[in-house]
Formats: sequence, structure tokens, C-alpha cells
Amino acid sequence: MDDEIILLAHGSGSRLSHELIEKNFLPPLANPLLAKLDDSAVFDLSGRLAFTTDSYVVSPIFFPGGDIGKLAVCGTINDIAMSGATPLYLSLSFIIEEGLTLGELKKIVSSIKAAAEEAGVKIVTGDTKVVNRGGADKLFINTSGIGIVPQGIDISGANAKVGDKIILSGTIGDHGIAVMSQREGLKFSVPVQSDCAPLNKLVSQMAEDSSQIHSLRDPTRGGLATTLNEFAKQSKVGIRIEEGKIPIHDGVRAACELLGFDPLYVANEGKLVAIVTADDAQMVLAKMKRNQYGAEAAIIGEVTDEYKGKVIMKTRLGASRIVDMLSGELLPRIC
Amino acid sequence: MKFIDEYRDVELGKKLVARIEQLSKRPARLMEFCGGHTVAIMRNGIRQLLPPTVEMLSGPGCPVCVTANADIDKAIALARLPDVIITTFGDMMKVPGSYSSLQKVRAEEADIRIVYSTQDALQIARDNPTRSVIFIGIGFETTSPTIAASIFQAENEGIRNFYVLCLLKLCPPIMKAILDLGELKLDGIVCPGHVSAIIGSRHYEFIPRDYGVACVVSGFEPLDILQSVAMLVEQIESGKPRVEIAYRRGVKPEGNITALKLMDSVFEVSGADWRGIGVVPASGLKLRKEYGRFDAELAFSVTLEPVREAKGCICGDILRGVKTPNECKLFRKACFPEQPVGPCMVSSEGACAAYYQYEIV
Ligand code: SF4
Repeated sequence: MDDEIILLAHGSGSRLSHELIEKNFLPPLANPLLAKLDDSAVFDLSGRLAFTTDSYVVSPIFFPGGDIGKLAVCGTINDIAMSGATPLYLSLSFIIEEGLTLGELKKIVSSIKAAAEEAGVKIVTGDTKVVNRGGADKLFINTSGIGIVPQGIDISGANAKVGDKIILSGTIGDHGIAVMSQREGLKFSVPVQSDCAPLNKLVSQMAEDSSQIHSLRDPTRGGLATTLNEFAKQSKVGIRIEEGKIPIHDGVRAACELLGFDPLYVANEGKLVAIVTADDAQMVLAKMKRNQYGAEAAIIGEVTDEYKGKVIMKTRLGASRIVDMLSGELLPRIC
Repeated sequence: MKFIDEYRDVELGKKLVARIEQLSKRPARLMEFCGGHTVAIMRNGIRQLLPPTVEMLSGPGCPVCVTANADIDKAIALARLPDVIITTFGDMMKVPGSYSSLQKVRAEEADIRIVYSTQDALQIARDNPTRSVIFIGIGFETTSPTIAASIFQAENEGIRNFYVLCLLKLCPPIMKAILDLGELKLDGIVCPGHVSAIIGSRHYEFIPRDYGVACVVSGFEPLDILQSVAMLVEQIESGKPRVEIAYRRGVKPEGNITALKLMDSVFEVSGADWRGIGVVPASGLKLRKEYGRFDAELAFSVTLEPVREAKGCICGDILRGVKTPNECKLFRKACFPEQPVGPCMVSSEGACAAYYQYEIV
């Protein structure tokens, strides 16, 4: 049964399409709003809303520590959480390449279920399309999400102030290296798992006692370096970080060494960077450390009035260098 | 972490810096030959840590940068042929040739695929038996053995549609060429670690003997480089230049015999065209006659427009170590990684890109 493959007919609106949805999507993702199968999910919401969308096209669709389904749910939840909002509802749209097996699809749906449950969000609407072989790379997922921003929260990349501390929630580069190792068939002595995770609960814990979180962002594509540059430019401040304070797993370091990558630019899917006033930084850090996704959190630097719009890093040896945005793609070295 | 943290130990790093300061009395002009070293030096801010007596110049050791425009034009012309698939390392894509780049011709018409290894290129050849798959073979002694192996494998498997545009280059001959130019008055060379893992350290012996220039083979971690600089300074101060290996975990004096044999069975030494230097005799590799059928230059004929160099770009001078990127009028003004004028700004091991990315201005 599970090695049955998805056919174009599964997307044609025929009985097969209905069966696919009723058997494979509804039971695991069940909730009253979704079960209605109306054209739109109808629900009450009031307050300030956060609304976001993203498409997931990762290849391969399964990687150590996750798959495209978990990634889609976590990625969208995290985008909402980074504005300080509580994510509530998600949509999921599948573009499936003819030939994907039902077993693969089921596995992905079950990790969607697990991630949504963990984060406490519901999938309330969705869509399935099947395209010809070659029309997609196995599976693409688009998700949109809605959340509510609690009273008094004002978090933005433009809010960083001179003197603020920069907190990173844990090790960097895990997701990028996990996907890369799978894609290139590279075996590293210390296997690397993706850090893919929903961060909304971490954020709500951080915000519980502090109203002094100025900026939040999850450093996904482009890595930590790109996120810090975005903050520096949006807030028109300088950012100074210390290389020695940035947590990196051994496996990621070794892989980066081998491939000629700088871990500062490698993607993460379960980390966040927070810019918090100096007064609240230690308290927020302590809170983070109590959450499983913030256990390795560290203060890695601060916001300065020098070098406005730029990120400067003190290297382990005590020299300073600029940390620029990533230009172009990350490519393994030749030599 | 084993094998990495030892080379990043901060205390040890500081001790090495102090040692260099203490040792270095007379001016020492060092060249790091390899682009990988240039990047590591810039990324770790090593120049800032060295005393004013120690000057470090960046040498020509970036395989993408040293590829002459004429050869890039050739690769582009091959890409335009019908039924050809070009396979290449990603860094080559954006490098501007005389009139275009692989990236541009890919957007227009050509089938060009980025690969991470020659194995990927072979697989593309197996998957596309009706088309010709050409691998753009750039690199130094480090990449040559894997390219040789791919040719062996194609031969053994009877893959008939796999070709290599062989632009491979050799390090010791270009070091000699640079020393012969006499533009620099070097005191020491930080010799490339990865290349030396293949060829060993003996091939550098002519450098101290004939030119009185100190040589230390270095790894790529910041402490490797600091240690190599300390060893070079020590040699220079003692007035006894020789070849030493600081990168003992990677390099044996005799090199990697298996890899050398493999290279030798597929390639023979030939002249090679270097950007900024021109054709240097015996500084490159070409396919031996027995393997001539894999040679893209013999298998395909293309007509080329006259070679043009980008106006104002001083990549050639930078590769010879006579100028630094900051001395180029276009640097940061008209030339950026996203919009490179010359290869030194494109390649991940290019000197201009390294300065652009890491130097605080
Ligand atoms: S800055 Fe650009 S134009 Fe100038 S030498 Fe470097 S690559 Fe050439």
C-alpha cells in the first residue's frame, strides 16, 4: 500500500483526489475546522494579527533530523513567532510530483502532525496539486500562517538600540550541514542533525517577564551573518560579536572545514537571535536556557554606535574583521 | 574538538603572535601562495596580529583566478555547441571571460551544470549517453588526481561521451616563474597545504637553494598559519632558508605516491597560460596521447574572438603579488562579488573577494 505512487489522477479532483485527502490528510491532521472541507476555514479572531507565507522546496525531502513537512510547519510558525505573535492557524498546500510514494507522503504528513501538535497550532485549510514528472522536485509545500500579537508587544528588526545585547538561542549551521550531507552523500565522523524546530513556546517564555525584547529573527537561509546584517541595516546601528562566544557543534565545524564554508552563513531552522536591552539580557537568557530549544543559548555580542549598518566580529585570536552579507550561493571549495 | 580545536586554541595563538614579535628583527616579506590561505588570513584577521616587520603578500594560488581569459572564452564557446553539457565547479560560473560568462550563456541557451566532484560529472555522462559531457578541469595538483581518476574510470566503463577541458596547473613552476620575474624580493613563502599533501615538500627545495627564499608548508587553520609564519621568521632571522613542514598532519616530504602515479599515468607536463603572467613553460598538465580521446580541445573545434581583458582590472598584478585589491580603482566602486569585473572578485578563494568580505573599511 505504502509503495503505491501518486498519479496525476490524484490531483484531478476525481474520486482518487478525495480518497487521498480523506485517507491521508484528514485523519492525522483532524480538527473541526479542517474536517468541514469547505472552501475556506471560517473562525473568529480579534486583535493585532500576524500573517505570513512561505514555500518549501528543500531537496532531499528527507534529511537527518526532519523532512519537508516538519520544515514547512516549523518555518512558518517561526516566522510568526519572530514578530512576537502566538501562531494559531496554518494552511498547507502540496504540489506533488507524480511518482512520490504514498509511504513518503504519509511520513511527511505524520511529521507535520507532530510539529503542529508540539507548537499547538492547527492546520485549518489546504490544497493538493499533482504535477507531471519533472514539474516539481518530488514535493513542494506552501504554508501560510496566522497568529495574534499580544498587547504591548513591539518587535521589529528596526528596533535595535545602542547598548542592547545580542542573544543567540544555540548552535549554528546544523540544518544547512544536515541537508548538505544528505544531498552530497557526505559522511562526517560526527553526524549532524537538522535543528528544525518550532520556536513559538520559547519566544512566549522569553516575552513572559520582559517587555524589552527589541528584535527577534530566525537566521534561516543566509545564516547568522545575514540576520545580523539585516538588523544592523534596518536599525542603523553597528553590531559587534565575538567569534569565541558563538556555539557551534563539532560536526558542523568539521564539515565546514572540509567544504570550505563559514558556519556564519550556513542555514538554521530552529534558532533565533534576540536583541534585548542590557538590563533584561541576563534574565531573558536564563529563561531561554530552561527551554529545550534554548539550552545552549549565549550572549554573543552587542549593539554599538560604531560602524553603523555593519557587523564586526572579534576573532578568537583577538583581531577584528567584517562579517558581510552572503553574496551569491554557498559553494564548496575547489582546492 | 580533536584536530580542529588544537589549531584554534586562543592561548597558543597569542603565544605564537608574541613569539613572532620577539623573533622578527629585520623586515620579512612573505607570500602566501594559496588562495585558501589568503581567505584564512583575512577571515581571522591574521595580518592585524603580525608585527610591522612582517609583510604578507597574496600569491596566485586560486585556480579560478589564474585561469586565463582565453581559456574561459574556450569553455564558453564549448558550452554553446549543440548537444554539449558543460559540468563545472560553481566558482567558474560568474567569472567574466572576454565577452560573456558561463552564467550568462547558461541563462541564454547552454546546458551548464554545477558539480561538486568529477564523479557527478561522470554520472551526468552516464545519464545522457546521446550528449557530450565536458568537465572544465581547473585546479592545481590537489584536483588533478581526481580528474585523472575520472578519466580512468570513464575508460574502464567505456563511457564514450565524457571529456575534460584540461586547464590544470602546477605550483612549483609558477613559484619559480614569480621568483624569476624578480618583482617582489620575497624572503619567505607560505607553501600550499593541500597541494603539498599530493606533491610533498621536496619539490620546493630549489627555492631556498637557488633563490635563498625560506619555505614552510602550512595548513589552513589560523594557528597553522601563525606557526608557519613563526617558522619562516625564524629561518629568515637565522639566515638559513630551507623547506620545512608545519602541516605535518597532512603532508609527508615524499607526498602521496599513489596520487602522483595516477596523475602521471594520465597527464604529462605542458605549458600553461596564467592570468597576469602569460604562458609559462612546463607549468601545466595535459592529457597523454593514450587518453587523447577524452581531451575536449582535440574532440571539438571552436572559433574564438580575440581575447580582451576587462578595462581597469588589475587581477594580473594582484596574482603576481605586486598590488593589493585596495590599489585597484574599481575595487568596491565598480567591482563587487555580485558584479565582478575580474575573477579575483568572484572566486571564493580570490584575493579581491577575501579583502572585500573581511576587511574593515
Ligand atoms: S577589484 Fe575587481 S577589477 Fe579590481 S582587480 Fe579585483 S577583480 Fe579585478
